[in-house]
Amino acid sequence: MAYTEEELKKELETKEYEYGFYTDIESDTFPVGLNEDIIRKISHKKGEPDWMTEWRLDAYSYWSKMEEPEWANVQYKKPDLQAISYYSAPKQKPKYKNLDEVDPELLDTFNKLGISIEEQKKLSGVAVDIVVDSVSVATTFRETLAEKGIIFCSISEAIKDHPELVKKYIGTVIPPKDNYYAALNSAVFTDGSFCYIPKGVKCPMELSTYFRINQAGTGQFERTLVIADESSYVSYLEGCTAPSRDENQLHAAVVELIAMDDAEIKYSTVQNWYPGDKKGKGGVYNFVTKRGLCNTRSKISWTQVETGSAVTWKYPSCILKGDYSIGEFYSIAVTNNFQQADTGTKMIHLGNNTRSTIISKGISAGKSQNSYRGLVKVGPRAKNARNFSQCDSLLMGNNCGAHTFPYIEAKSNTAHVEHEATTSKIGEDQIFYCNQRGIDTEKAIALIVNGFSKEVLNKLPMEFAVEAQKLLEISLEGSVG
Amino acid sequence: MEFKEKLISSYLAFEDGLDLTDTVHETRARALRVFEDKGFPTKKDELWKYTSLEALIREDYSLFPKSEVNIELKDVKKYFLYDTDTYKVIFIDGVYSPFLSNTTHDGLDVCLMSAALSKPKYRSLINTYFNKIAPSDESLTALNTSYAKEGAFVYIPKKTVAEKPIEIIHFSSGDQDSLWLQPRNLIVIDKNSQVQIIERHQSLKEHAVVTNSVTEIYVHEEAFVDYYKLQNDLTTASLIDNTFIQQEKNSHASVHTFSLGGKLIRNNLRYLHKGKHILSTLKGLTILQGKQHVDHSTMVHHSQPNCESHQDYKGIFSERSEGVFNGQILVDKIAQKTNAFQQNNNVLLDEKATVNSKPQLEIFADDVKCSHGCTIGQMDEEALFYLRTRGIPRKEARALMTYAFANNVLESVQLPSLKKRINGQIAKKLGVNLGFEL
Repeated sequence: MAYTEEELKKELETKEYEYGFYTDIESDTFPVGLNEDIIRKISHKKGEPDWMTEWRLDAYSYWSKMEEPEWANVQYKKPDLQAISYYSAPKQKPKYKNLDEVDPELLDTFNKLGISIEEQKKLSGVAVDIVVDSVSVATTFRETLAEKGIIFCSISEAIKDHPELVKKYIGTVIPPKDNYYAALNSAVFTDGSFCYIPKGVKCPMELSTYFRINQAGTGQFERTLVIADESSYVSYLEGCTAPSRDENQLHAAVVELIAMDDAEIKYSTVQNWYPGDKKGKGGVYNFVTKRGLCNTRSKISWTQVETGSAVTWKYPSCILKGDYSIGEFYSIAVTNNFQQADTGTKMIHLGNNTRSTIISKGISAGKSQNSYRGLVKVGPRAKNARNFSQCDSLLMGNNCGAHTFPYIEAKSNTAHVEHEATTSKIGEDQIFYCNQRGIDTEKAIALIVNGFSKEVLNKLPMEFAVEAQKLLEISLEGSVG
Repeated sequence: MEFKEKLISSYLAFEDGLDLTDTVHETRARALRVFEDKGFPTKKDELWKYTSLEALIREDYSLFPKSEVNIELKDVKKYFLYDTDTYKVIFIDGVYSPFLSNTTHDGLDVCLMSAALSKPKYRSLINTYFNKIAPSDESLTALNTSYAKEGAFVYIPKKTVAEKPIEIIHFSSGDQDSLWLQPRNLIVIDKNSQVQIIERHQSLKEHAVVTNSVTEIYVHEEAFVDYYKLQNDLTTASLIDNTFIQQEKNSHASVHTFSLGGKLIRNNLRYLHKGKHILSTLKGLTILQGKQHVDHSTMVHHSQPNCESHQDYKGIFSERSEGVFNGQILVDKIAQKTNAFQQNNNVLLDEKATVNSKPQLEIFADDVKCSHGCTIGQMDEEALFYLRTRGIPRKEARALMTYAFANNVLESVQLPSLKKRINGQIAKKLGVNLGFEL
């Protein structure tokens, strides 16, 4: 049977979200609204020290003076931040010694997500920190990691057990007043992951966090802090899902990475929040601030596969402060139906001999809008900075849009910056060529989309690459196969 | 008094002696209200992120030149591209100079905006074209519109090829300090016609002058306009150039901008498509030194299918100079089979030189080929070394490479004498004489 682009388009439009179930877990939820009392209550509930409460309140006071930014190329109804509950936790006390104690329904949830904890424990050796409605419910493999001196736990535990580390680093890469949603997150974050790799340690396994918004009318505000001390290495994975709901849910996370001298952090995200139904109703607003700080000879690599969310607005960035530091950004953003994505990266070259690479692939289908927005900045004192950026967009169907907004600022005559971008559809001649070699149209489209995304998919860790492939399949089913 | 207030309050004086019941005057009054409302753009405006007018508008300027200044032909002859073989529309301090000009009404109209605005003969043309594509909500354009009175008016009727190029030159004499000029040009090329135009702003003495110029160009079916902007002014002169081009089917509009001098230059170049199979060419060559600042802000709006646009901007920046490129390609949903290309290459020669580049694509149609590329780099040391091993001194080797870099822009210049001149300018800037023409 001949498979045409028309049919593919149809399939794309009718494809439903596979992770859209809701698990009935009893939750402990705060009343809606945001004020200083709520923040004190969150802080109190989590048994935080006074400095943390103060830090939150400071962030809140910045935030209350800020206005929601509007410059992004996305249109949405602004969420009413006073109509959200800022704390929702699965009711059973979220500390488990082993998996038997975990609420079976929760385990079921994970199984549906395809992240059977047990299976992962056995097969892939990935340590997972699972966050449901912004509270960490299970961290696996903690003891194995502790032997190496690696701290991997939820951030609220870290605030209690390792206050000196948290106090020293939190907010240093993304200060609370950085932007509207970072300030909001700083004030109200309820949990997230914390990871510290000591000097010279190569983390023996992939660390992973799984986020899920479960409860209705809640926002998820998690905070991740990863510190890689001198000459250490860590690969960190992050995955997200949410149930299908009619109203829009807000996810405003902050991720801070700190790579000390000679350290390397690889941060991979597979983002699959609920994108809304095919009429554009519901879906998650994903407004995330992610930034990494690179010291001398260190390297931070961001890889992201963005397939979910009704509105995505995020720019994982690298501040290349140290000499010879390296920043990388690999991204695939797939938008379908009424999804909107405004995503990209910032590479700020401050040190000498710094290098950065940006590979961004956008695929838009349905009635979606997909934008790349990036900044490459070379400071006046950054000698021999080198950047290469490539942004390619693929358009499927005639109701979607692909946009590119690169900002390039060079203040040094030793800088070497290259940027290129292309926008096209799947070429008829390419498909024809494949047909001519006996490959049917469906396979040809699959081949082309796969080839288009390959550069980025190759950068994902093994375990995730498989999942990412699966996600691309879901998002663009029929084209990958 | 702030300069903005001065501009608004001086409007009454400007109105003196004008026909206030005229429809054009209604347009002016409306535009003034827009400017009053919006004021000068600031760095907070996305399109003005890298260029600040603040230092310029902090100064005071006189809006109306005091008296007519006569300049001798021999003093300005060197600024003319050809001595005789062109139509010339020459202004001195914003006032038309009949002595230096060479206008015509024979077969085509090359004359004055003031004449076109007042004579009944041109009424219908003015009603159809004046201020129709200049955006009414853009503050600097509105400012120009509100004071629109003088400039060049060119009308090429159907099936006419202008035999000679047209030179539009705005001199500022420097006889009085600080001048704010607002020339307004209107160029209409009717079906199957063709014309070449060279526009230039030149100050004769070192004195502060700011020119806020607006040019509207209408290119009808199958017509071809070849437009050259020569910006090689003294370092006391600033220019804000707003050019709006509307093209109809099968037409070709090409604009070359050579920014080689001046203090602050801002080029707003906008293309609007009104038919199929349109070709738009935008090319720019920028060579700066000192503390010069040039900002190219281009916009090509593809609103019809099967059109093509090519943008190619090259920049070479030395000392403390600053270059900005802000290119936008907008492809509407209906504009299938669009081919749009955008290229911006920059070379930074000195430590303090800066380039800010923002090539943007906004695409709503799927069957298109759009791409942009942007590079910032240096002269290739290996290539320089190679040339030197062949006995070419470093300076000349650099010059050769500069020519090679600029050649993409220069090769499409259709006027040999203009090409020669620009080559000469580049050689002068680099302090070399290669002894051959490229």
